[in-house]
Amino acid sequence: MANRERPLSPDLQIYRPQLTSVLSITHRLTGVALSIGSPVLVCWLIAAAAGPSVYATLHGFLGSRLGLALLFGWTYALCFHLCNGIRHLFWDAGYGFELRTIYASGWTVVAASAMLTLAAWIISFSLHG
Amino acid sequence: MAPTSQIERGKTWPAPDGAIRVKKFEVYRYDPDSDKNPRIDTYEVDLDSCGPMVLDALIKIKNEIDATLTFRRSCREGVCGSCSMNIDGTNWLACTRFISNTAEPATIYPLNHLRVVKDLVPDLTHLYEQYAQIEPWLKTTTPVPERERLQSPEDREKLDGHYECILCFCCTAGCPSHWWNGNRFLGPAVLLQANRWLADSRDEATGERLDNLEDPFRLYRCHTILNCTRTCPKGLNPGKAIASIKKMIIERKS
Repeated sequence: MANRERPLSPDLQIYRPQLTSVLSITHRLTGVALSIGSPVLVCWLIAAAAGPSVYATLHGFLGSRLGLALLFGWTYALCFHLCNGIRHLFWDAGYGFELRTIYASGWTVVAASAMLTLAAWIISFSLHG
Repeated sequence: MAPTSQIERGKTWPAPDGAIRVKKFEVYRYDPDSDKNPRIDTYEVDLDSCGPMVLDALIKIKNEIDATLTFRRSCREGVCGSCSMNIDGTNWLACTRFISNTAEPATIYPLNHLRVVKDLVPDLTHLYEQYAQIEPWLKTTTPVPERERLQSPEDREKLDGHYECILCFCCTAGCPSHWWNGNRFLGPAVLLQANRWLADSRDEATGERLDNLEDPFRLYRCHTILNCTRTCPKGLNPGKAIASIKKMIIERKS
């Protein structure tokens, strides 16, 4: 008889990703991304208050390819977290728990967050080039 | 992950000569009597001489191919909750999952994130202890009546969606929150049962039950992931039951 600890049955590595769990972890990750992004927003405000040369430096970085990619990511994070946050508010009020509704609202969040992100970028580019 | 939990590739048991409709089952194996790690064995089953359900295939494997394969089973009709396991990545009862609705190869693992006793048999002791924690029996303070405690049809209806639970723990084993905080978070199956007693018009311990649940871990580690509602093989809704408990706690404060 082997005298050793019993193995733990596998969990994350074999459980099939599905809309329920994927949107949940995305909500968590976008929340973390937004927490990191908010100091950047503060830096932008500080730079705007500190004068044109400081602002130009920051603006230069945010206008670079990396800066734009980060801004796009944060826009998506904001839109997703907002849409899925509304979904959570309905759940907290006790609504939307039928499996069909869970999936319908989930796919709605996926579509709405993508459209809001694209709309925000199309509008800001068409306004400011 | 502890080294003892690492899974290795095991043996393949080929189908008998002449078998036409062959289906592969990749099954998690762990033998507590050896020093070896868990492994995945592949069984090729002749579907022309096999019943339609995943449980039929497991029984056929045990009877005809490899008698050492170990799993729980009893009623073979979805009412006992013994043969819950992870089939193709989600939890279900082996007796109510058609083989024709599985992937090729079908993958069979024990319920997730539990200590494995042998093969597909996980240790459920902790889950039963958590069930006992919610005191799943009728609690009353008023004197015992002459006859049974009556209930209106409307009040009886509030137990629908709760009493059908067979405690197979498919939901709890599929809940990521329970994987990471299972020592203190009660998990969907037990919380559904907690709501069953809160919803019972004859029970007189609602306040005390809510006091016991109002805890950052026991109840509030539920982050509404809803893998539970997605996986329940009885079509119940643990996610909704948990939301209902959270609502009761808020409403009694206002």
